[in-house]
Amino acid sequence: MSDVFEVFRQERRGQPFEHAGSVVAPDADFAEVWAREQYGRRGESVALWLVPRGAIRDVEEWADEFDLKYRRVDGYSIKARLKEARERAGTA
Amino acid sequence: MEIPRDEQAFLEYVQSGGQVETTDWMPDGYRAKLIKFIEMHGNSELMGVLPEREWILRAPTLQRKLALTAKVQDEVGHSQLIYRVVEDLGKTREQCLADLVSGKSKFHNVFHYPTKTWGDVGVIAWLVDAAAIISQKALLKCSYAPYARIMKKICWEESFHILHGRDVILAMVTGTLEQFELVQEALDRWWGPLMQFHGNPIPREEDPMFVWRIKSQGNEEARQQFLDGYVPQIRELGLEVPDPKLRKRDDGVWEYTEPDWDELRHVVTGHGPKTEERLAFRRRFLEQEQWVRDTVLAA
Repeated sequence: MSDVFEVFRQERRGQPFEHAGSVVAPDADFAEVWAREQYGRRGESVALWLVPRGAIRDVEEWADEFDLKYRRVDGYSIKARLKEARERAGTA
Repeated sequence: MEIPRDEQAFLEYVQSGGQVETTDWMPDGYRAKLIKFIEMHGNSELMGVLPEREWILRAPTLQRKLALTAKVQDEVGHSQLIYRVVEDLGKTREQCLADLVSGKSKFHNVFHYPTKTWGDVGVIAWLVDAAAIISQKALLKCSYAPYARIMKKICWEESFHILHGRDVILAMVTGTLEQFELVQEALDRWWGPLMQFHGNPIPREEDPMFVWRIKSQGNEEARQQFLDGYVPQIRELGLEVPDPKLRKRDDGVWEYTEPDWDELRHVVTGHGPKTEERLAFRRRFLEQEQWVRDTVLAA
C-alpha cells in the first residue's frame, strides 16, 4: 500500500514553507528518503514538511452572506470623502 | 476565484491567466491534453538519460564521471516528479511506463539518436538542454498549477546542466585540434534534430497546448529564442553552424533552412536510429527491477 505525501519546503530559515510537489511512499520513512533526494540534494531546502494527503483539510468555500467588507481594505473607499473634505477645508 | 464548470468559461479562465489545482473541476478534453503532454515530458526525461548513461564509464576524468552521474540522477528525478503529476490527473505510473516501453506513447526526438563521441555528450548537455529549458521555462506559467510548481525545481537543475555542458565544450575547444573537431562534428550531427526540437511552426492560436495555456509560447517563438541565445555563443567559440542559410534579418528574425519535418515525424513515431534499442533497455530494466518495487510496496 502506498500513500501520497505532499512535500512543503523552506528555502531559508524564517521563510514560509511552500508546496513543492509530492512523493508516493509506503510510509513516512520512505517518504522522507525520497523527499530528501528530490528536494534537498543540493542544499536548496533548510527544512521539509511531509504531510499525508489524507491529513489535509481543504477549505475552498468562502461565503460572505453578511457582507463583512468592513473587515477588509476594500471596505473603505476614502477617495471621494477625502476630496470633499479637502474642498471644504480649502486645501484641495 | 471559483473555477467555472463550463468548458467555454473554463477556457476563458485559463486564457486570462487562471490556474487549476488537482482537485478542481476541469473539462475532459483539458485533462486528456494535460496527461498526454506531461506524460511525454516524463518519458523524455527518463529516455534522455540513456544516451548519457552510455558515457559514464567512458567519461574522460573522474570529475566528469561524477558530474554525468549526477545529471542522470537529476533527470530520472524529474521523470519521477512528472509522472507523479500525471498520476494525480488519473493515469498511473505503471501505465505510463507500460505505454512507454510498448512504444504507444512518445518521447522527444533528440533522444532517439546515437552518441558517437564525447563531443556529442557535450553538445547534448549544452545545446539540447538549452533548447529544452526554453520549452520548460514556458511551462512555469502553466495553467495546471501542480505542473508549474515542479517546473521551478526542474528549470533550476537544467540551468545547472547547461553550465556543465558548456564546461565540457569549452574544455574541448581549448584543447587539441582533434578535440575541437570532435565538437564541430557533433554539432554537425545534432543541428538537424536541434532545429526540429521545438516542433513545426504551427501558429500558437492553432496549437491546443497553447490554447489551453498548458504552455505559454508557440513553437516558432521557442526556436527563435534558441537561435538568438545560442548561435552567438556557438560562433564565438570558432564553431560553424552547419546551415548556409542561417542569418539574422534586420528585424531580428532568424532565417534558416527548413528543418526536415518528415525526419521528425518518422523519429518520434518510433523509427529513430536508437529507438528500438533504448526501449528494449528500458523494458529489460523494468522487468529486472520489479522485485524492488514489490519489496518496497510490501513494506
